[in-house]
Amino acid sequence: MKVDRRSFLSFVIGGAAGTALSPLPWKLMDDSSIWSQMWPWTPVPPDGEVVYEDSTCSLCPGGCGITVRKIDNRAVKIEGKPGHPVNDGGICILGLSGLQMLYGPTRIKAPMKRMGERGAGKWQKISWDEALGMLTEKLTAIREREEAHTVAAIAGSDQGTVPALLARFMAAFGSPNFIRTPSYQDTDELAVGTLFGEAGRTGFDLENADYILSFGSGIADGWGSPVRMIKACSLWKEKRVPVVQVDPRLSNSAAKATRWVPITPGTEADLALGIAAVMIAKNLVGSGAVSGLGGIKNTLLTDYAPEKVSLSTGVSVEAIVEIAKDFARANRPLALCGRGKAQSPESLRETAAVYLLNGLTGNVNQEGGMWAIAPADYIQWPEVARDKAASAGLRQPRFDGAGSGQYANARHLLQRLPDGLNGNGPYPIQVLMVADANPCHSLHDAAAFKAALDKIPFIVSFSSFNDETAAMADLLLPDHVYLERYADVPVAAGLPSQTIGLSKPVVSPQFNTRHLGETLINLAQAVGGSVAESFPWKNYETCLQETLADKWDVLMQKGVWVDDDFATAGSSLQMAALDTPAVEIEGDAGTFPLLLMPYDSIRISSGYIGDTPFMIKTVADTVIKGKDGFVEINPQTAGEMGLSEGDLATLTTPRGEAPVRVHLFEGIKPGVIAMAKGLGHTAYDGFLADKGINVNELIGPVEDPSSGLDAAWGIRAKLAKA
Amino acid sequence: MSTLDEKATEVMDDDSAHAKGANESGASGYIILFFIIGFAASMVLGWVAFPKLLYSQKQQPFSFNHAMHVAEVNNGCESCHFFRDDGSFSGIPKLAQCTGCHDETMGESEAEATFVEQYVWEEREVPWYSYSRQPDCVFFSHAAHVVGAKMDCVTCHGHIGESESSRPYEYNRITGYSRDIWGKNIAGLKKNSWDRMKMDDCAQCHKEAGIVHTSSVQTKRDACFVCHK
Repeated sequence: MKVDRRSFLSFVIGGAAGTALSPLPWKLMDDSSIWSQMWPWTPVPPDGEVVYEDSTCSLCPGGCGITVRKIDNRAVKIEGKPGHPVNDGGICILGLSGLQMLYGPTRIKAPMKRMGERGAGKWQKISWDEALGMLTEKLTAIREREEAHTVAAIAGSDQGTVPALLARFMAAFGSPNFIRTPSYQDTDELAVGTLFGEAGRTGFDLENADYILSFGSGIADGWGSPVRMIKACSLWKEKRVPVVQVDPRLSNSAAKATRWVPITPGTEADLALGIAAVMIAKNLVGSGAVSGLGGIKNTLLTDYAPEKVSLSTGVSVEAIVEIAKDFARANRPLALCGRGKAQSPESLRETAAVYLLNGLTGNVNQEGGMWAIAPADYIQWPEVARDKAASAGLRQPRFDGAGSGQYANARHLLQRLPDGLNGNGPYPIQVLMVADANPCHSLHDAAAFKAALDKIPFIVSFSSFNDETAAMADLLLPDHVYLERYADVPVAAGLPSQTIGLSKPVVSPQFNTRHLGETLINLAQAVGGSVAESFPWKNYETCLQETLADKWDVLMQKGVWVDDDFATAGSSLQMAALDTPAVEIEGDAGTFPLLLMPYDSIRISSGYIGDTPFMIKTVADTVIKGKDGFVEINPQTAGEMGLSEGDLATLTTPRGEAPVRVHLFEGIKPGVIAMAKGLGHTAYDGFLADKGINVNELIGPVEDPSSGLDAAWGIRAKLAKA
Repeated sequence: MSTLDEKATEVMDDDSAHAKGANESGASGYIILFFIIGFAASMVLGWVAFPKLLYSQKQQPFSFNHAMHVAEVNNGCESCHFFRDDGSFSGIPKLAQCTGCHDETMGESEAEATFVEQYVWEEREVPWYSYSRQPDCVFFSHAAHVVGAKMDCVTCHGHIGESESSRPYEYNRITGYSRDIWGKNIAGLKKNSWDRMKMDDCAQCHKEAGIVHTSSVQTKRDACFVCHK
């Protein structure tokens, strides 16, 4: 048999005919088209039973009720809970993307101890027993040396049982150094204490107000409880309630307002007092709400006459008089303050001036007015047991100096920590514990804070996330995230009611993390003695249930407990004097001709919680583009400096220098530049790290002379074309 | 067999072409033979070897006896494969449904021992392979078919309820889908309604039942988005 070319071709043709008549090509075609339409590596969530679990969001102080849609045991969507007294079905972009906090790559998945240099990111996973053992050993040794006061704790809040357990641990251990991160809450508490003479906070009946005068408050940018505010904005539009936004910059809130009043930054208090002066001069003041008005009347009328105020604020006399008349003639006018999201302390002078305006309307503690609300008092634990070591430690002054001497009015002064650590403190700090806070990013002059941490030999982070402060720690004891745990969420955030939400575990813990409350109870029991005695609870859940007492059943059933018939913090506003000093701005106008102000955006989370990957994608490319952060500048100022849109420039302030891009913006006053807060992370994940500039590294703390609170609202700066 | 020499001769010497011409009638026989060989080989490859290569087999975690369970329960298939309160279909039962009876070993079969020891006591879900899972691009509602159109399970799933053991799960190496979707028959032929579950099979039934299915204005039949959401 001879196989020649023809035979071979014949074989091939036969093969081709056979193949065509077999299913092979047709089936392969079908399969490859299916394959190419649904890549096997495309993730497809598994199917399963749909259930909804109600809980409370605690990513910001807003306290919204949420409903989490689950497929089997996997949470797939967070929605606002319909009918909830705070958000009634609404949800913000952060709350919506909360699942990226739960399942995202930024989680710390197990207790870890540092292996390499501090901050080098080399960790070793250890067991909880070993981790708690390490910390207990350190703490016990310090206590035995009667140096309990050299342990400090930084917490993001002091509301609710979890922060209260940390504060209690510090007290029982013998340290006066429980330090809350700075926020507008500091100023609000101080203003209520000063003006009403009692401890408390303010609440605003926004829904029933018929005239809103906002002094830089980001009513549509995340101020207070953000979802409630957005709903209120819509309600005001519907009811044609005038909204006047006083703001140096055309923020979203200003754009949404009925009237935008551009103002010279830092002169808001002058304007508020100027409006008060017009109201008094024109006899438009409500009766009896402000006591001591007689004492300040003359000063107001002379020092804050519209002509004078117009000069300093840049707001025209006509505008001042018109706003004053409209404000006074409205039935239920409300004045708001606390810049942006109200996440930073403000000048007491400004806050008191705005609260005075509310007082002058006669609507204090009335429908549609400002309320002074007594602190929530549901946490009633027995006094901590104090042994010798605890008593000795608690006799020591606070490390940050709060509560004594020139800082007698302040409760927490975290910005004083770096200075103290760098040799000006009363004693060294041996152990620092950080919970629900990221001061290495969110504090003014964050770089100095980070550098000062070198002076602390042992740092413990309870953070659930791989944030900048956790990166500087020696021991990580990760907390559950809010969707994995029980916690009470008392809501202040400007609500005119006492409201407590309940966070419930929506899914079982995803990693080897532990509830902070549980960790503290375990730690207290391990330290033993009177510390253990102060923590008699078997576990956190028992503690929570006992603390909430009769509220527990309501909270388990409804998810929220509201008391509209709450105790007020005094009924009348007392204005003793107008001599509260203003907060100056850092930097010399000669060297630094511009004024840099940070601004808040609802799309950028800037506190302990970092922006989620979803949120960062929504940030405009005039704020960040690629890795570059932008600074907003008026085209006129930019023109004088030879800068045009998108140019690279070097931004210098007395505190630092950063490369930025320029975004020309008509909505900002000439001479003022603005940058978004919450960017420029170095930690977290690839979605957030190395994007933009952390404006907190360019701004230093400026203490309010009347309290010592860090009330910096900007800094002088210069821009040079790069 | 041809050699290099012969090829060389073929090029160099024209006469040799005549010699080849003389052999043509004998060669045409070979040509047909080779055609048949090629044809037969590719048919064997396409019909026999290809399906074996295309599909891979996996054994279920342990054998399940449908027939025995159906005899024990009161409500037929729906006893275990039920509709949830929201109307969605539960599909393959979760461990929680089984543990009502199976918290301890029942009977002496090997499968039962595996189930109780490895899954019930360990509180681990059984990783069943699903013979009938549709591609991810298909939205299929059991409620619309079983509750709405009152179809029975057998129409699509065949007599699985009478099976006494679990057959191996066969899946397509390219697409990753169960063989039951294309059907056991590699040619794609079917005798019974449950033999295949490709789009054409859905379409056929939808066309036959076609009175109410007119979501597409153009075709007066079901539109694409009815199944492809």
